[in-house]
Amino acid sequence: MKIKRTKGEVVFDAAVYVIIALISLACLYPMLYVLFASLSDPVEIMFHSGGLLWPLGFSLEGYKAVIEKPDVWSGYGNTLFYVIVGTVLNMVMTTIGAYALSRREFMLKKPLTMMIVFTMYFTGGTIPNFLLIRNLGLLDTRWALIFPVAIGTWNLLVMRTAFASVPAALEEAALIDGANDLQILTRVILPVSKATLAVIFLFYAVGHWNSWFNALMYLPRSRDLFPLQLILREVLISNAEVAAGDGVDFLGESIKYATIIVSTVPILCIYPFVQKYFVKGVMMGSVKG
Amino acid sequence: MTIAASATKKKGRSKAGPGLWKRLRVDYAKHKWIYWMMVPVMIYYIVFLYFPMAGQVIAFQDYRPAKGILGSDWVGLENFIDFFKSPFAFRTIRNTIMISLFEILVGFPAPIILALLLNEVRCKPFKSVAQTVSYLPHFVSLVVACGIVVDFVASDGLITHFLSLFGFETQNLLSNKVSYIVVYVLSGIWKNIGWGSIIYLATLAGVDQSLYEAAAIDGAGRFQQIRHITFPALIPIISIQLIMRIGQMMSMGAEKTILLYSPVVFETADTIASYVYRVGIQEQSYSLATAVGMFNSVINLSLVYFANWFSRKYVKESLW
Repeated sequence: MKIKRTKGEVVFDAAVYVIIALISLACLYPMLYVLFASLSDPVEIMFHSGGLLWPLGFSLEGYKAVIEKPDVWSGYGNTLFYVIVGTVLNMVMTTIGAYALSRREFMLKKPLTMMIVFTMYFTGGTIPNFLLIRNLGLLDTRWALIFPVAIGTWNLLVMRTAFASVPAALEEAALIDGANDLQILTRVILPVSKATLAVIFLFYAVGHWNSWFNALMYLPRSRDLFPLQLILREVLISNAEVAAGDGVDFLGESIKYATIIVSTVPILCIYPFVQKYFVKGVMMGSVKG
Repeated sequence: MTIAASATKKKGRSKAGPGLWKRLRVDYAKHKWIYWMMVPVMIYYIVFLYFPMAGQVIAFQDYRPAKGILGSDWVGLENFIDFFKSPFAFRTIRNTIMISLFEILVGFPAPIILALLLNEVRCKPFKSVAQTVSYLPHFVSLVVACGIVVDFVASDGLITHFLSLFGFETQNLLSNKVSYIVVYVLSGIWKNIGWGSIIYLATLAGVDQSLYEAAAIDGAGRFQQIRHITFPALIPIISIQLIMRIGQMMSMGAEKTILLYSPVVFETADTIASYVYRVGIQEQSYSLATAVGMFNSVINLSLVYFANWFSRKYVKESLW
């Protein structure tokens, strides 16, 4: 049944579409601007102010300068290390923890869960964490970016809820065959929880990719271990004043824009394919853990 | 054996002491794997979360790294007193509360409004493109997002230029005490409006569509439908989200502040977290910074606790 739209409704709809289009534009345009600027002629873009609808001239000088920067490559390499090793450790630790805490018959389930949940609300804080890392001898090592974030409590609880909701009937068959807990986890629970695993995996991987603050604190004297994000911070933010005093660096602006594109492209390429998993993850998290 | 096992099942708490130990042993024999799986997990939590919690005792010490926690002198509440006597106490607490309040007032409703608008869109492709695009800033890393912001609001930046067309003064917006806060809050909205709307849209997807048809037949316009059907459906989720957001009011992180602020705007930009970072990590006054952090996390914990209590009592929903 179609109800004919009144004049008021047409205006209403038009307003809705226009506002949404404006919001979308505000979310998209900054990235487009950076892309256009990165492809523009370095001198023209330096003296240009105002919007861009296409590149001003065309030049790949900025990209060339970025590719020739050893920092960017070492940052990329380090970030890959942190993402891969960190995420593998995250997944192993989270999976075994979530499995143990999802067992109804496990006697220590309640006290241990409470102990873990408590850390979501009360933590040692920046300085005690820093001193711990220093006292453990992890300062200025790669492990300082991996061990302290080995488990995300929120992810652990989401996974535990997912594991607990696997029907017991599935496990019983395995139990009758004499399977132990490790076998139940790997042969029964994990195969049916693939969607959850994918979501948690993505959350962890993106977390490592975007992380920079721990590196800033825990790698004070190890420029060679810096993740990409910390290099980006130097290029985009801290060096703003330095560059100005450094004399005329006509490539400065172009390098900035090209760096943003080079560092963000990997995420934006996989983004369309993984977006639905993230959305799913938000919904999982909103179910009380 | 059997008695102990059945006691486990009933969760009998009355018998502590040897009974508990025995039951644990029986449980361990049955679930060896589970216990061994928990070992690395608990080591992680104890070392990386509970040790630092205990490490907060240095807030009551004059901590010297050379002497260690055990050898450093105890000074009672001196570090807390020093903080509250300094001009930084008022400034950082005020700024933390002020920025958080703006984020709640302006930033909290933004995703709700977007969700209400998207819910009115009947054209599916338009809706899904708009959603995908609006999630985009969420996936850009904080460093890159702040880098873009810094560039756009610089004195020759895109936004500054745009504002100058309307007669605003051309200046670096992050170097002005007032506009810094505006940029801080609005950039937060930019990054999170789409992502934040997901949870509301999901709630709206569950609303019975026949309600709208019935309302339309009764002559309700679109505004009235939003007011009487869509919005009421969102009220429970809005209430719990709002209460929890208020509970987190003092737990503002340092990351974004450190990326955006500069000494010129410390007066309005410096928050508790960024102050802790500066004093602790950069100036290495470990005890003072720990005291400030501890004060902040105690406030946080009480706020969250209070928010949860309030929510359970009045909204019948809670975190625990």
